[in-house]
Amino acid sequence: MSHDVALPGSAAPTDEDFAVSSARAAVRRRKLTVTGVRLLLVAVWLGSWELSATYLIDPFYYSKPSAIGGKLVDWFTRTTAFGSIWTQISYTLQEAVAGFVLGGVAGVLLGIVLGRSRFVADVLAPFIKAANAIPRIVLASLFVIWFGLGMSSKIATAFILVFFAVFFNAFQGAREVDRGLVNNARILGAGRAQILWTIVVPSATSWILASLHSAFGFAIIGAVVGEYSGADKGLGLLINNAQGTFDSAGIYAGMIIITLIALVAEWLLTLLERRLLRWRPAVSGSHDVQI
Amino acid sequence: MTSETVPVIELVGATKRFRSASGGVHTAVRDLDLTVAAGEFVAVVGPTGCGKSTTLSLVSGLEPPSHGRVAVNGREVTGIPEGVGYMFQADAVLPWRSVLDNVALGPRYRGATSSEARDRARDWVGRVGLGGFEDYYPHQLSGGMRKRVALAQTLVNEPRILLMDEPFSALDVQTRGLMQAELLRLWSGTGAAVVFVTHDLEEALVLADRVAVMTAGPATVKQVFDVRLPRPRDAEEIRLTSGFLDVYREVWESLREEVQITRERMSGRVA
Ligand SMILES: Nc1ncnc2c1ncn2[C@@H]1O[C@H](COP(=O)(O)OP(=O)(O)OP(=O)(O)O)[C@@H](O)[C@H]1O
Ligand SMILES: [Mg+2]
Repeated sequence: MSHDVALPGSAAPTDEDFAVSSARAAVRRRKLTVTGVRLLLVAVWLGSWELSATYLIDPFYYSKPSAIGGKLVDWFTRTTAFGSIWTQISYTLQEAVAGFVLGGVAGVLLGIVLGRSRFVADVLAPFIKAANAIPRIVLASLFVIWFGLGMSSKIATAFILVFFAVFFNAFQGAREVDRGLVNNARILGAGRAQILWTIVVPSATSWILASLHSAFGFAIIGAVVGEYSGADKGLGLLINNAQGTFDSAGIYAGMIIITLIALVAEWLLTLLERRLLRWRPAVSGSHDVQI
Repeated sequence: MTSETVPVIELVGATKRFRSASGGVHTAVRDLDLTVAAGEFVAVVGPTGCGKSTTLSLVSGLEPPSHGRVAVNGREVTGIPEGVGYMFQADAVLPWRSVLDNVALGPRYRGATSSEARDRARDWVGRVGLGGFEDYYPHQLSGGMRKRVALAQTLVNEPRILLMDEPFSALDVQTRGLMQAELLRLWSGTGAAVVFVTHDLEEALVLADRVAVMTAGPATVKQVFDVRLPRPRDAEEIRLTSGFLDVYREVWESLREEVQITRERMSGRVA
């Protein structure tokens, strides 16, 4: 740009409108093709599974799509071995969300504090490394002993998994804050707290959000694994029970429900991320129309 | 300037050493002597890497000197002195804030209410010629526009001392000329002291009352030249006058040797 003070929207509207609408149409066409190919892939996969399970392999071990579908219909229209499917879903979901929120908040807070304080970080570094090296799934058994068979032991497992995922990113994000931005803020008159709120937290946000995507997956894993180790309700119990009765369709059905929950959560997180990071330039692969 | 008044900026024998990457000690600037009076526009020129940015960081209080004295308004610099504005060499606008919110930062930090800060910011956004772009994010602006945001962000605090580190060097020639003219317009009548670092001698002479030439690193002030060109100056016209060419030749004579030394060192390092 040779003169950088062009008035916004001063270009000829017709030309621009045309370019935008044709670019939009191209994007729409592409999306349609992509979706079509995806559906085709799923159909081929399920079809070949169904066929081979009917004629080639033993459906007792590998189950088959129709049996899994039947199982899901059964669960949702009648009931599971432990009561309504919705009770199981809501139970697992509550545990996962509680672990996610608590672990996320704790991870962000501690990550930012340690990221900004050399001294505390130096003191705590070996302990954190050690804690991180503990195989966390084993903790689920310990938590059952500590907190009993109720929700709190599952929340604790989800918490631990989420905490470490978020903590390391928040720590890194708080550490990598551009010194120039901090110095600029100091010159402009910012105190420590103001620098934390207006510089450190926003610049760590993209790191933190990136970790939250995998963290919700971890929260569900934590809840389900916790239920495996002992529970009276939940999707993990359902799957564990299916395993105990050699009901492979039940395992798949439980897996599908958990996957759907994770996908919905992922979608919600993406919305949050877009909202919080709207200041960022559109990266390639996003759905913004570029001409 | 009368000699009785306390200089706004005073560097006496200021030396700054850094620990170098190899564990040794690297002297960035040594025995700096420089005084700047209120309302004075001083340009600092010198070869690349000689220590110009370091000099500004000493004055701003972001780095303490290893030796010598740095004083602002007659007081030894310990923290960031009151009334200092600093436009950094690298882009320092917040990418997650709109133009308006970026400019409103200073007043907000200094305790203004949100609406008060935004009013002042809106005024300054207009003054630097960005009216209509208040809600844009930095990545949606051109490089020149981002520099204007940084300028407004600094000026909204109405600094008595303005430190500028190669603010326009990344801009194309036309935009740079435009920004120089605007800087002179915004500065005139404020009575602020300006220290303007540049490697562009022409720019230094267009803007400044005095030009300090620094030696090849570790830098010290080699010579200070008075630029006796009338004000108000037309940033575009003045470069063509004969008075300008005379002082240009004189300062360039002094600067050229230092540039030459730096160039030789660099090619020596490459070879
Ligand atoms: N924080 C630091 N730690 C170590 N060395 C530094 C630091 N800051 C600057 N230096 C060194 O001090 C010297 C002077 O740096 P400075 O940035 O002041 O140069 P400059 O004159 O501004 O250069 P340019 O014109 O390229 O901007 C350089 O050799 C640089 O490597
Ligand atoms: Mg520099």
